Amino acid sequence: MNFTPGYEEERSGSIKSNAESLDKERLARGLGWFSIGLGLVEIVAPRRLARFLGVRNHGVLFRIMGLREIASGVGILSQRQRTGWLWARVGGDIIDLLALGKVAKSETVKPINIAIATAAVAGVTVLDVRCAQELSDGAQATDHTVKVKKTILINRSHEDLYRHWGDFQNLPRFMKNLESVEPITDKRSHWVAKGPAGKRVKWDAEITEDRPNELIAWRSLDGADVENSGSVRFETAPGGRGTSVSVEMQYSPPAGVVGATVAKLFGRAPEQEVEEDLRRFKQMMETGEIITTHGQPAGRSSTSWKYDQTVRRASAWS
Amino acid sequence: MKANCWYGKRDVRVEDVAEPRILNRRDAIVKITTTAICGSDLHLYNGFVPTMQKGDILGHEFMGEVVEIGPDVRNLKQGDRVVVAFPISCGKCFFCQKELFSLCENSNPNPWMAQKLFGQSPAGLYGYTHMLGGFAGGQAEYARVPFADVGAIKIPNGLADDQVVFLSDIFPTGYMAAENCNIEPGDTVAVWGCGPVGQFAVRSALLLGAERVFGIDRFPERLRMAEDGGAEAINYEEADVYDILMEKTSGLGPDSCIDAVGLEAHVPGLIGAYDRVKQALMLESDRPHVFRQAVLACRKGGTVSVPGVYGGFDDKIPLGSLMNKGLTIKTGQTHVQHYMRPLLERIQNGEIDPSFVITHRMRLEDAAQGYEIFLNKTDDCVKVVLKPNETYPMTTKANRFSDDKVLSDRQSDHSAFSKGGATMAEEHEARQPYKCAVCGAKFDSQDQLQNHLKICTQKKSQ
Repeated sequence: MNFTPGYEEERSGSIKSNAESLDKERLARGLGWFSIGLGLVEIVAPRRLARFLGVRNHGVLFRIMGLREIASGVGILSQRQRTGWLWARVGGDIIDLLALGKVAKSETVKPINIAIATAAVAGVTVLDVRCAQELSDGAQATDHTVKVKKTILINRSHEDLYRHWGDFQNLPRFMKNLESVEPITDKRSHWVAKGPAGKRVKWDAEITEDRPNELIAWRSLDGADVENSGSVRFETAPGGRGTSVSVEMQYSPPAGVVGATVAKLFGRAPEQEVEEDLRRFKQMMETGEIITTHGQPAGRSSTSWKYDQTVRRASAWS
Repeated sequence: MKANCWYGKRDVRVEDVAEPRILNRRDAIVKITTTAICGSDLHLYNGFVPTMQKGDILGHEFMGEVVEIGPDVRNLKQGDRVVVAFPISCGKCFFCQKELFSLCENSNPNPWMAQKLFGQSPAGLYGYTHMLGGFAGGQAEYARVPFADVGAIKIPNGLADDQVVFLSDIFPTGYMAAENCNIEPGDTVAVWGCGPVGQFAVRSALLLGAERVFGIDRFPERLRMAEDGGAEAINYEEADVYDILMEKTSGLGPDSCIDAVGLEAHVPGLIGAYDRVKQALMLESDRPHVFRQAVLACRKGGTVSVPGVYGGFDDKIPLGSLMNKGLTIKTGQTHVQHYMRPLLERIQNGEIDPSFVITHRMRLEDAAQGYEIFLNKTDDCVKVVLKPNETYPMTTKANRFSDDKVLSDRQSDHSAFSKGGATMAEEHEARQPYKCAVCGAKFDSQDQLQNHLKICTQKKSQ
């Protein structure tokens, strides 16, 4: 199981579901549709637009600006990361304002109409800037709580599995990043895990729920390097297929954005770490050993480095 | 020790590497006496299967003597003579308990790699990519056998290496392919590919009660060997396979079709060029021509059995034919452990002698040459076995690939060969001086002969 701080959180977890963020989303979406609408007008009726503003017919120029509007509109509506596209809209607004400022000096223009257009563009610019800013802030302020849930089927009774997991001292045997778990009292234990860059992460944990043969839940106590909690549930699988083991983990790295960047360099996706740990638990419980190839011969000078590299590369596929 | 290692496309070399040691409690170390090059090794040799690493030890068909066992292996002891199944299987998981050994859940240390490509990971295999475990293989002097208590079968005295080594893969593979056809008396079975697996599929189909078996290939020596096994030969370069199968089955199509070719089908004409181009551009991982042909030729409601290896995502599969004709597809890596014992009995009973398929016996050191002639089918090559602990080049057919010095050493050491150009049969005889008076079978030692005599006389008296 991964107790390393600072893993970048999953995308799905990053969408805040409070009312404020919904408003922001709605505003962004509205601006997206506005972009597309304005773009269409610029492309379909450039001559009429020119007449309205009282400028010469810059057909091609209007159409190019229309395309730009549509591109940023589609970008805002279709991409998950809207922030960049919204800033692109802000850039477009500035170009529009500059263009309006330039034509305002010519003699043929209708000053009132230009003023109306400028006011409209300026208004939209304000909205664009606000929306883009808020979305950018939101991206930086996301908290880095990592939640992972994984399930595996093990061909042993839930009693056996509960008993084995319940003795926390067994956990480091199959949890790769865990170094040791020492019991303090019945309910409390001291955990030591490998952190990024060779650092150690320590905390005390207590059992919060313990239903024999069914469920064990635990969480870290105050003063933990990494605030975390977890649970494991054992359910008899249908058709005599053993036991379904579900693990849920969450942890909140304290180091914030910097920690996340560092961890990204050293670690892998927490989902995968948990899955591999569960695989090892299954191997241990079903076969009595955790199969390995480390230490076998090969016709190369250093087996482990290249081997690890392959494994890493392969796990980056998808 | 010496081991045959993979270094890239068409680049294998016998190198000095460390000897294997026990890494898990259910491991054993086997000193290899006979190992073989499999057709599926050629897919690695040609670089078609991803996740190989330079220096990986190849080989998944091997046998030898147990020299060391882990503390949890209770059914083997030092000195036992064993054949090792190519899938590594724990024997305890849901799949192993259903005897679906090649689907073992616990033997692949890198299951996530296979999961990405296949959805779920099958068993780990010896010397067959890191996606399938990255285990060191058996084209070596020694090999580590994980889960040895499940994967190694003891061989009684009285049987020569060459008779039993193929229990590791190709005999069970051909047999499972035929068994998957659910053959009923009077059935017709068509086998695409008369390589080693195809040869065993032909013979197994007949053992299981098929009335007619067609062997499809283009190499005369392979077609001849299939005919020797009881098949009717079809050369796909001389006639359209579909047309000829329809003609021979009065338009019904064969009851079962076996694709013993897999991902590197050689296809003449436009569709062949299409697959080759797509494969070269990495738009398609395999060349599934034989599978297409087998589906189209198979009789309605029949079975297409696929022992041939495929690796990825293939185009132009006739799903319409598959669905509308109500075909059954049966496939999978072989559940070797399930078949080893019954097939060993068939060998002991004299129902089949798998050594018929061997055309080349070579030293381990000559492995690279072995791959080359096996790939190019030069010198009428059908199957190469390697003898890691023999020091002289042994196969007459392979002699021309050995350097003169070694050849002359061999001639002075072994006067039996001194005439040069000796045939395989002569060599076999020279190596196995003990001959059974009842059936004529030959053996390496007096012991083996004695054991054989017991079985042989019993059989005769029945």
